[in-house]
Amino acid sequence: MTALLRRAFTDSARYRWAVFSRVLAAFVGGYVLSSLLSLLLALLWPIPQAEAIGASTMLSFIFYALIIIWAFNTRRLRTVWLGILLSSVLCLALVWWLMPGGGV
Amino acid sequence: MAWLHTWTGLVVGWVLFFMFVTGTAGYFHYEITRWMEPERPLVEALPTAERAQMISLALDQLEQRAPNAANWDITLPHYSPLSRGWQDFSIRWEDLPEPGHDHGARGNATLNPLTGEHLESTPVRATGGGELLYEMHYRLHYMDLLLAYYLVGICTLLMFMAIITGVITHKKIFKDFFTFRPGKGQRSWLDAHNVISVMALPFFIMITYSGLVFFDTTYMPTSMAVLYGPDRESRDQYFDDLYAQNHDHQAARRPQAPLSEMLASADAAWGEGQVKSLLIQQDTGEAPRVEISRIDVNELRWYDGEKQVFNADTGEALPSAPYGTPTSRTRQVITALHEGRFAGPWLRWLYFAAGLLGCAMIATGLVLWTVKRRKQHELPGTGSINMRLIEALNVATIAGLPLGVAGYFWANRLLPVDIAERANWEANVLFLLWGEAFLYACFRDIRKAWVEILWLAAAAFALIPLLNLLTTDKHLGLTLPAGEWVLAGFDLSMLGLGIAFGWMAIKVRRRWLANERKANPTTHPARMEKSA
Repeated sequence: MTALLRRAFTDSARYRWAVFSRVLAAFVGGYVLSSLLSLLLALLWPIPQAEAIGASTMLSFIFYALIIIWAFNTRRLRTVWLGILLSSVLCLALVWWLMPGGGV
Repeated sequence: MAWLHTWTGLVVGWVLFFMFVTGTAGYFHYEITRWMEPERPLVEALPTAERAQMISLALDQLEQRAPNAANWDITLPHYSPLSRGWQDFSIRWEDLPEPGHDHGARGNATLNPLTGEHLESTPVRATGGGELLYEMHYRLHYMDLLLAYYLVGICTLLMFMAIITGVITHKKIFKDFFTFRPGKGQRSWLDAHNVISVMALPFFIMITYSGLVFFDTTYMPTSMAVLYGPDRESRDQYFDDLYAQNHDHQAARRPQAPLSEMLASADAAWGEGQVKSLLIQQDTGEAPRVEISRIDVNELRWYDGEKQVFNADTGEALPSAPYGTPTSRTRQVITALHEGRFAGPWLRWLYFAAGLLGCAMIATGLVLWTVKRRKQHELPGTGSINMRLIEALNVATIAGLPLGVAGYFWANRLLPVDIAERANWEANVLFLLWGEAFLYACFRDIRKAWVEILWLAAAAFALIPLLNLLTTDKHLGLTLPAGEWVLAGFDLSMLGLGIAFGWMAIKVRRRWLANERKANPTTHPARMEKSA
């Protein structure tokens, strides 16, 4: 009986942690990634800079929503974290390379 | 996915309901303000004079009051479809900025068209009016502005996602749209929630996304902060670039060329009586300009009205520069869709109806949440303390907040005209009533609380025309025969809301009675959705 209870407790604790981790990845990780995506897009968009920033910032909310939905719709938590971290690093590297006076 | 949809919906449901109620009221904020300032005369006789004479008087005043202004603006008396009201003859100006600033001090004055002297407007009671109600929609209340913006932003983002995930969750969304099974408890609430959501789906997607766009660089500052800089000046520079604004002006002065020819050209193009205003401005290094603007029209591009531009020294016609940049125009269209400022009367009522559907979608979603979980706790109001709290918050918000809004209008009529902080007290009454509804719902049998607060809200709305009759001389008996549809429309809408709440109270009471008669709480084994 106690063993069963303990197991139920650890299962539910593990479940809670998994949910918390997923929420963190989706909302915080997703925010970072969508910010970087909008920055990258602002650098790539061949229109005057202020306009590119304005346009990519308006689009960033759509990126953010899609990333969050993806994060909750992906079965494996590890895929979620890896996907968000790797994409962020890739964006950051590209931004670094494209920034005026940065990277190269 | 179903799990995310339910929780995001619940956590922010109450805040969103508040935003939808105040935002929906905001579509009529000019009309609400008009009603809340009953001292203003029924027929606002607009003093007028010959146009050339008025402009000359206005220029005298501007030379006297604003000798060092970046721009002068003269508004001729006219009816504006955008603010749905008469605009007085008035002048506005902005002083040249101090070094290191983008903008100087601004001033304005309403003028007597015959003498050019300052014209006092009718003194009115201190009131927040429709404006304050509308501001609560995105600033909330009693709260630091930036904190409010972030809270509003988070709720908006979650609703944006709740809608998208909602569409994905309800795979049979179009079949559901034609499905309504009344009187079936939970199934009916879900059907109602689905029908309402699908009906106004395009509106909800538009309103949430455009709501985010209003504060785009507040919520997502990264691109701007990295490419321009994080400080205030960089931010100002960014907006100047985005809107193609120039702050380098020479002091405005009286045009040398005759204005009569410019006005004649505008009349020839637009017809008589279409000139709204004149703007006099000189960019450094360029010729001084006179911009003649046409009366606004109910169009999506309301921010970019028709103009004729002239050289103020020679009278030569100049090309009028396009408004802003392509990106800023896109942004303006998105925010214009949100505010509906361009909407004429029919479209405005459609906006209002869509807003009410938004309130209904959120309310049914909140109720559905408790109904779904009540199976486990049997009777309403007998579950866990959490469940009890959620139910109390639902009653307080869905029935109590509308009661608070009605109270806001009652306070406008009943608070003494001379008390200090009067406008604030009107708002305090709204929140006090909301709070009291919550306390009441906490300690009263929840089913009785629903019915009683709904009835109270019904009475509070339905009696507003009577209150208006007893406290002012702008009541239906006068406004209807006079064809004053702004004032009469307000009273009639309040009556309509009262009837709607009364109908809800009757429906809810019948439902509880029917349930009690059944006595045996039946348990439906089928859960709606398994969590993903």
